[in-house]
Amino acid sequence: MKLTFPHMGYSYVAFKALINELGYEAVVPPEPSKRTMDLGVRYSPEFACIPFKVLMGTFLETIEMGAEMAISSGGVGPCRAGYYGVMHKKILNELGYDFDILIFEPPQSNYLDFIKKLNRVKPRGMSWRVFIQLIKKNYRKLEAIDQIEYLMYRIMPYEINKGDTYRAFKKALNMLDEARTKEEIEDALWEGRKIIARIPQDRSRNPLKIGIVGEIYVVLEPAVNFYIQRTLGEMGVYTDRSIWLTSYTQKNVIVEGRIGEHDIHQMAHPYLNELIGGHGINSIGETVIYANQGYDGMIQLAPFSCLPEIMAKGIMPRVSREVGIPVLTIFIDEQTAAAGVITRLEAFLDLLKRRREQKAQEACNA
Amino acid sequence: MKKGYLGIDVGSVSTNLIVIDAEDEVLASLYLRTQGQPIRVIQEGMAQLSNLVPDGVEICAAGTTGSARHLAGVMVGADIVKNEITAHAVGTSRFIPGVQTILEIGGQDSKIIILRNGIVTDFAMNTVCAAGTGSFLDQQAARLTIPIERFGELALKSKNPVRIAGRCAVFAESDMIHKQQLGHCVEDIIAGLCEALVRNYLNNVGKGKEILPPIAFQGGVAANAGMKKAFEDALGHEVIIPKHFAVMGALGAAILAREEIESSNKRTRFKGFEVTDFSFQTRSFECKSCPNHCEVVQFYQNGEVIARWGSRCGKWDVQAS
Repeated sequence: MKLTFPHMGYSYVAFKALINELGYEAVVPPEPSKRTMDLGVRYSPEFACIPFKVLMGTFLETIEMGAEMAISSGGVGPCRAGYYGVMHKKILNELGYDFDILIFEPPQSNYLDFIKKLNRVKPRGMSWRVFIQLIKKNYRKLEAIDQIEYLMYRIMPYEINKGDTYRAFKKALNMLDEARTKEEIEDALWEGRKIIARIPQDRSRNPLKIGIVGEIYVVLEPAVNFYIQRTLGEMGVYTDRSIWLTSYTQKNVIVEGRIGEHDIHQMAHPYLNELIGGHGINSIGETVIYANQGYDGMIQLAPFSCLPEIMAKGIMPRVSREVGIPVLTIFIDEQTAAAGVITRLEAFLDLLKRRREQKAQEACNA
Repeated sequence: MKKGYLGIDVGSVSTNLIVIDAEDEVLASLYLRTQGQPIRVIQEGMAQLSNLVPDGVEICAAGTTGSARHLAGVMVGADIVKNEITAHAVGTSRFIPGVQTILEIGGQDSKIIILRNGIVTDFAMNTVCAAGTGSFLDQQAARLTIPIERFGELALKSKNPVRIAGRCAVFAESDMIHKQQLGHCVEDIIAGLCEALVRNYLNNVGKGKEILPPIAFQGGVAANAGMKKAFEDALGHEVIIPKHFAVMGALGAAILAREEIESSNKRTRFKGFEVTDFSFQTRSFECKSCPNHCEVVQFYQNGEVIARWGSRCGKWDVQAS
């Protein structure tokens, strides 16, 4: 069977490997492009948000490439995304495609359903032990991908030759792509990190630091968010984002000690003590965390009409004032032109630079 | 030889050129319509400007801003290419010391800039909706067959503005037609429209922003006295319209260019008013390297590529300086 999955940043490398190793044929979704958007917009409800439309386009593109089934994620709570998988499937079936979407809900919401679905993916004749080992191994690959991407944004603002870091990252990603066994994955990660860390850098720079929060899909998919982290990195800005597929940073790097969902909600508590769906509460809590860590500014990415992020945006001015960090909210929709985003980013960087200079001067005078 | 500094703001609707001296005194300024042809307008503007600039002034720096700032920058040889938010903030704070809020409404975008102690602390721009910008006013003026220049004075004559839905340009228009069909006079409708646009602006762009005086109102729409009054009524504060309200972006660009040259001690890259005689051309091709099929724009000066942009991955981008 030919299996596909949504495109989310660089995670396709791991999903492809898992599907192929399970004995299916992986149809790797193309990076979302204008064509993806056109297809998605044509067959989606007008009021659906951009992640829905992009996924719709992606599924249509992969069907052209021969995909028969997609694996996707669902969701619980007051965000429309929970219904998206079902909607996609209904629309595709109405268009006449015999296409199935296997939607994995968070296991704690219904264990039985989760295991049933795993059982559908598990090839007959493969033992559960081997099956779980394969999943674990490729999850490790996913973590490794997150780690090198994370490292890339850390090095980028210091690079001397524009584009070096990204090229090194692509090389590292290729190495991970070719790694088969557990040991090979560890080796590729080790080597990849070395390649990225060894590009020529100017460490005397003191780059602006920006934290990126928002809705998961637009945060994770560079092709949808105008490659915002890379763009900022190549403009000499140090960026960190709150969401990673494997939550690698939250557990290990962001701060000493461990920061989990619970702590983020705690930080949001003075401003919002209710789950509002999606990553709404996270956007608030993480803004507080980034401010406490001395970041210069925040960017909130949200799909146009995304209710959780709209609510978070409404609360943001108070958070911004009280913890003292400027926040730029960018709503993403099909027609948002890159030029407009660049203008806002440039102005935001000017603002942050002047603000930093003023702070330094105040510190001098004090 | 007196030193002059050139600022150019090429927006969707208007193109503004300005020359200032070392003391921010305006030596010459021009306000033209872009009419979708920035190259021609910049060239014509430069030709006209060269006649307006007093004799014995030498251009020592040039800066560009606005949505065609990169194009204008490579055309004239700019020392600095700056986004319009920073340019406006710099320009206005020079002319209205201590300004804390800037309301700017241009042809296709509207923005709010919040300053404290002379630095920008927050800003917002309209994102997905152009309701309430100059283009919409323009269009409605044409529909009512009123010259846009008289829009403001008519609005001020109104005693009893009608209520118009301001959230969306399309709905605002049908609301206006409805009010017309009921027989309301044109003055009341226009005043109602101004109030609706201000409401939409404050609810949309100005949402959550702390609007403190002194408040400056600028951009092409500031010429409309009806809008000024509607802002004052809604905010309960005086709204100041700077003398050069329509060219503040260009002014800011000129000031930034001067600062850039003075701080770096470099010579200007300005090509001179002769750019009027060059032949500029834009040609584009579709890159087939990936499914994005980006339209890559190549910009020629006298047959030679001097800039290229438009690819999402950046592989084609070169910018000759």
